[in-house]
Amino acid sequence: MNPSQHTPVRLPWLPLWQLVLARLREFCREPAAIFWVYVFPILTMLTLGIAFRNKPVEQITVLVQEGPQAQALLAALTNDAEGRFRAKIVDDETARRQLRIGKSDLVISAPSSEEPAYHYYFDPTKPGGVLARNAADDVLQRAAGRKDLVVTHVHEVSEPGGRYIDFLVPGLLGVGIMGGGLWGVGFAIVDMRIRKLLKRFLATPMRRSHFLAAVMISRLLFTIPEIVFLLVCARWFFGVVNHGSYLAVGLVILMGTIEFAGIGLLVASRAKTLETVSGLMNLVMLPMWMASGIFFSYERFPEEVQSVIRYLPLTPLIDALRAIMLEGATLASLWLPLLIITIYGMASFVLALRWFRWN
Amino acid sequence: MPLAIRCSQLTKTYPGKPPVEAVRGVDLAVDEGECFGVLGPNGAGKTTTIEILEGLLAPTSGDVEVLGLRWEEKPQEIRQQIGVSLQETQLSEKLSVLETLTLFRSFYRQGIDPRDAMARVALQEKAKAWVKTLSGGQKQRLAVATALVGDPRLLFLDEPTTGLDPQSRRDLWEIIGDCRRQGRTVLLTTHYMEEAERLCDRVAIVDRGKVIALGSPAELIAGLGGEHVVEFSLEATNNGREESVAAWDDLPGVTGIRREQDRHQLSVTLPHVVIPALLDRLQQKGQRLASLTTRHASLDDVFVKVAGRTIQEAEKQEA
Ligand SMILES: Nc1ncnc2c1ncn2[C@@H]1O[C@H](COP(=O)(O)OP(=O)(O)OP(=O)(O)O)[C@@H](O)[C@H]1O
Ligand SMILES: [Mg+2]
Repeated sequence: MNPSQHTPVRLPWLPLWQLVLARLREFCREPAAIFWVYVFPILTMLTLGIAFRNKPVEQITVLVQEGPQAQALLAALTNDAEGRFRAKIVDDETARRQLRIGKSDLVISAPSSEEPAYHYYFDPTKPGGVLARNAADDVLQRAAGRKDLVVTHVHEVSEPGGRYIDFLVPGLLGVGIMGGGLWGVGFAIVDMRIRKLLKRFLATPMRRSHFLAAVMISRLLFTIPEIVFLLVCARWFFGVVNHGSYLAVGLVILMGTIEFAGIGLLVASRAKTLETVSGLMNLVMLPMWMASGIFFSYERFPEEVQSVIRYLPLTPLIDALRAIMLEGATLASLWLPLLIITIYGMASFVLALRWFRWN
Repeated sequence: MPLAIRCSQLTKTYPGKPPVEAVRGVDLAVDEGECFGVLGPNGAGKTTTIEILEGLLAPTSGDVEVLGLRWEEKPQEIRQQIGVSLQETQLSEKLSVLETLTLFRSFYRQGIDPRDAMARVALQEKAKAWVKTLSGGQKQRLAVATALVGDPRLLFLDEPTTGLDPQSRRDLWEIIGDCRRQGRTVLLTTHYMEEAERLCDRVAIVDRGKVIALGSPAELIAGLGGEHVVEFSLEATNNGREESVAAWDDLPGVTGIRREQDRHQLSVTLPHVVIPALLDRLQQKGQRLASLTTRHASLDDVFVKVAGRTIQEAEKQEA
């Protein structure tokens, strides 16, 4: 009203910057969000990294059934030069149960006067079973006097890059980007819609594009420390290194972040309650959690299923990160996954903007 | 005088089963510089009307002009010049008062310093406090400050005092009065008749989506035919005979009559004439007063007259 009160727009009042700042402040003041975004992936990495660390010797759990020769059999196993066996003597009943529930890889019954043969019981569908049978058989045959016919030498190879943890870290990066995009964008927007804050903003001259851009920019800004933190911890604790270029990793992460922020926006574009949006997000994320190769390679699925999995939004992101970090692949060689990521990102944005409900 | 708001034949039907006709033909003309109240019980259609005027809802039919502009043509021009406080907005809990106001200030081409806005609603001490630590009254004052920070010509306040304690309500009345004195147009909704009487130059009483009375509070009250209300109740009589309303309307100077449970309400111009006559009548009938009060007529009485029920009854029906 009073012209003397009009102050010209000063730099810190630029709406886009103010909107980004507001998102950053809200995020940093939310301890639970910090936990989920920063601490949780690190804990996952530590837990899995330790659980699946490369053990110096693979332990094989063997149960020996009670019987007159059981002690001798046990001694043969425990005297193994490589110390591979963890064996003990149990009754038939226990042996069968332990085998059934997977607590033991192999059950052996020793020969007796009526039955002069060894009997092996194992589940051939489990890799541990076959392995255990072969190893135990080998030891028992040698103990019985078998001689090897050729001389063999063993050279163990375990370099960084080939371990489980090296496989896991790109997967965790991908899953962090997916969760951050969906929860960080989707949940935040639905929450603002419920609180009528979107409606309140709409009553001001705020540009809608500024608002959406601010959501995106703040998302990218949260991602940077998240990624750096995870990579630094992976290096510290497990010596995980990047065999490719950091620029390429950064670019792929940028594209993935935009992709999942777009999907988050799409999921949130019409949802009116937190329950709806959580349900939708879980629906979107669950198949990727299970199939996109975060924790184990999707090549274990049948070929037909794999051809679907390859086109889920998360798969190309993790594939590209793995190819760069583990094999030093170049961006040019990754054109296909990068194209899929780009298509998902653009399509979700276009649809989200078309469907977006402000109040 | 130029009009700040003009709308004609405004209707809004929410689709659904069955569809809700929330607004059923509202005409309003709000002058520049006046404080205009939209008054009515819960569910009357106040929020729907004000949100259409704010450009947040599209009307089903009708014509709206705000500050001489139309929403379809110049939405950003209008938004630059209005300030809005919605009925229920939860501002971000983890931003401070000053941060919130700075954010809202950034949206406007011109406006006042966020610190000035804070001072206008007496929240300077809370500049650094997070929104979630504010009391209900303070939150509401902050909501008004976010509307003021763009230095609006026209201020929309949807139920700014609902649910507040008496002191907070008076604080807000003070703030709204200041805005009006600065020459801003204010459109507010309320279901407190007393508030409208205190603050508004003119009020529109709405019920079931229609304006059922329009005018300054004084005019509306004068329209009752008496500015005073004599209200009395009787002790239960021995024979249990109940007096009908008609027993009193021939008393001299009574212009209207109404009964609410056991209370009789007489609209009168001259209480000093009516009361002696009433006491005489009771004497004759051998009845005794349980209570007798007189008061100035209020917009509540106007509502009763035009809507045929009290606000409380209207809200119960709505629920
Ligand atoms: N989004 C909606 N969908 C369907 N019906 C609605 C919607 N919003 C409001 N209504 C209905 O429209 C009618 C008018 O509602 P409105 O919110 O405008 O009333 P109000 O006068 O503001 O009431 P209050 O004093 O409770 O705020 C009510 O019957 C309400 O139930
Ligand atoms: Mg309302």
